[in-house]
Amino acid sequence: MSATWLLPLPIVLPFATAVLAFLFRRGPEGRWISVFGSAVTLFLGVLLLIEVLSYGPQAAQMGEWPAPFGITLVADTLSAVMVVITGITGLAVAVYAVAEIDGDMEELGYHALFQVLIAGVSGAFLTGDLFNLYVWFEVMLISSFGLLVLGGKRVQLDAGIKYVTLNLVSTILFLSGIGLLYGTTGTLNLADLSRIAPTVDPGLMTVIAMMFMVGFGVKAAVFPLFFWLPASYHTPSFAVSAVFAGLLTKVGVYAMMRMFTLVFTQDIAFTHTILLWVACLTMVTGVLGAAAQTDFRRILSFHIISQIGYMVLGLALMTPLALMGGVFYLVHHIIVKANLFLVSGVANRIAGATELGHIGGLYKGAPLLAFLFLIPAFSLAGFPPLSGFWAKYVLVKASMDLQLWVVAFTALAVGLMTIYSMTKIWGQAFWKPHPGGTVPSLSTLRPGERMALLTPIGALALMTVLIGLFPEPFVLVAERAAGELLDPSAYIAAVLGEEEILQ
Amino acid sequence: MKSSLIVRAATRLLVGLLLMFSIWMLLRGHNEPGGGFIGGLIAATGFILYAIAHGCRAAREALRLEPQTIAMVGLGVALAAGAFAAIPGDALFTGQWLFLWPGPDTKGIPISNILVFDIGVYLVVMGSVLTLVLALEEEV
Repeated sequence: MSATWLLPLPIVLPFATAVLAFLFRRGPEGRWISVFGSAVTLFLGVLLLIEVLSYGPQAAQMGEWPAPFGITLVADTLSAVMVVITGITGLAVAVYAVAEIDGDMEELGYHALFQVLIAGVSGAFLTGDLFNLYVWFEVMLISSFGLLVLGGKRVQLDAGIKYVTLNLVSTILFLSGIGLLYGTTGTLNLADLSRIAPTVDPGLMTVIAMMFMVGFGVKAAVFPLFFWLPASYHTPSFAVSAVFAGLLTKVGVYAMMRMFTLVFTQDIAFTHTILLWVACLTMVTGVLGAAAQTDFRRILSFHIISQIGYMVLGLALMTPLALMGGVFYLVHHIIVKANLFLVSGVANRIAGATELGHIGGLYKGAPLLAFLFLIPAFSLAGFPPLSGFWAKYVLVKASMDLQLWVVAFTALAVGLMTIYSMTKIWGQAFWKPHPGGTVPSLSTLRPGERMALLTPIGALALMTVLIGLFPEPFVLVAERAAGELLDPSAYIAAVLGEEEILQ
Repeated sequence: MKSSLIVRAATRLLVGLLLMFSIWMLLRGHNEPGGGFIGGLIAATGFILYAIAHGCRAAREALRLEPQTIAMVGLGVALAAGAFAAIPGDALFTGQWLFLWPGPDTKGIPISNILVFDIGVYLVVMGSVLTLVLALEEEV
């Protein structure tokens, strides 16, 4: 299949799945359509990645309107990898949702909203046009708002309003930035922007860059713009919070990585220094926030923030090694984080709550779950030989190479403090006896449910171990992605064609 | 709450007019201002007026289908219209044209997937606006 169709299909297919799942929402068919559609989407993502790895960055012009006039979809290594990870998370959560989402939520269109969210995320990763990126952000915002309030509990509506209000502020800044950028350069095609940006007044570009930094910063939940995240991620159903935790903030990080390597590179000394301090403060505040929490999902939510700091650190340092670490971290984090939220869902199911004071005894009653929790938890904290170790190692090494001792020390100290909160979850939820006197056990679940809940958790944990034990192919792909970010000429050539650049 | 006689009498006339106007807007949209989005909004206005005059239940009965279903079917229609471009081997959403009965000095009657896409947009907009408005109206 040629690139013309391989690129749009990971977006089109979730949309088509959404339509079918919605029409069959009253029966059990809807959830299986969602699972099947997610599996095909993952398969298409893998095909795309293979194509990109063998032939370099690929571009497709929608409606055959040539770039920079029409909507371009582009996949370089980073985009293709992100699409594959989106597919993996989507499939894992779709399987998990079979056991978690009840008939009422299905009838309200849970599966359709979920698939539209996946389409929005894939679209944001694949688009090569800034305004189109805005549209995908809106698709994500609307569907995620729907998923967040589905169930209609008071706490959910409260969370939903905070979530939407703060995200709309970010959207307004992003849109104003787009307007200013279009006014100064006359184009919104990313490849074209990358060509024209150096010819524009650098002061003006820096102003616009800062608007984008704040806009994407809210989406990515960096310091000091992260307040909406811990206020909302612990309220929806567990399947929803897993896909939010895995994917949504990472779209913001991806957009930042794309814009601050491709377009806003005029004044790196200024913009990337700000990013560096933002990254350090994000790491520290996130992990300190987590230490103060006593709810399973709230601890994990604050950890998302501290982990975002590591990814932004990779971008801020702007060396090949650091960017490679950032990309590697992105991939590792999505798998681990989504998995931890799924584990918290099972813990809630068999022990009755997510508040750590109210549960316990999981180690005694469900040793398998305890084992499956330990893998992503240790990986998150950076224990060798799990995936998180390599991700952290590369970033610390990159900051030491630049002799940024404070940054390297912060990254290491934050890792240590991550272990502290993971130990808190371990000690309270798994080791302490259950305060109700019962022993929570996996055997209280029906066999079919047990399969649907534990298979995705097991598969994601296996992936974490595999990345940890055999990091080389993953490092090579991340290295290639970083190389393409630092030297976007292949990206630009794929979009605009070779001749265009010579002019 | 019972609406006034004037509203109900005017609605009887206006709903039909609005729906016809919405289709006219949809069809003229290819070359002139109009199109699926604005057409869908006008059609939704028609049904909202009906809901104000006769209540939401009557409006839902007049719609026959649930508004959410209309929106999702519209999304399917728009996608299918875009994906149709695969048959001649063009990129997604490429316009496909067929001219029926071309004469010596006319190109013939143009048939395109662009109109089908616009109909999809019309249904999406109409369905989603009605979903929101009817839900809010029933809540109050």
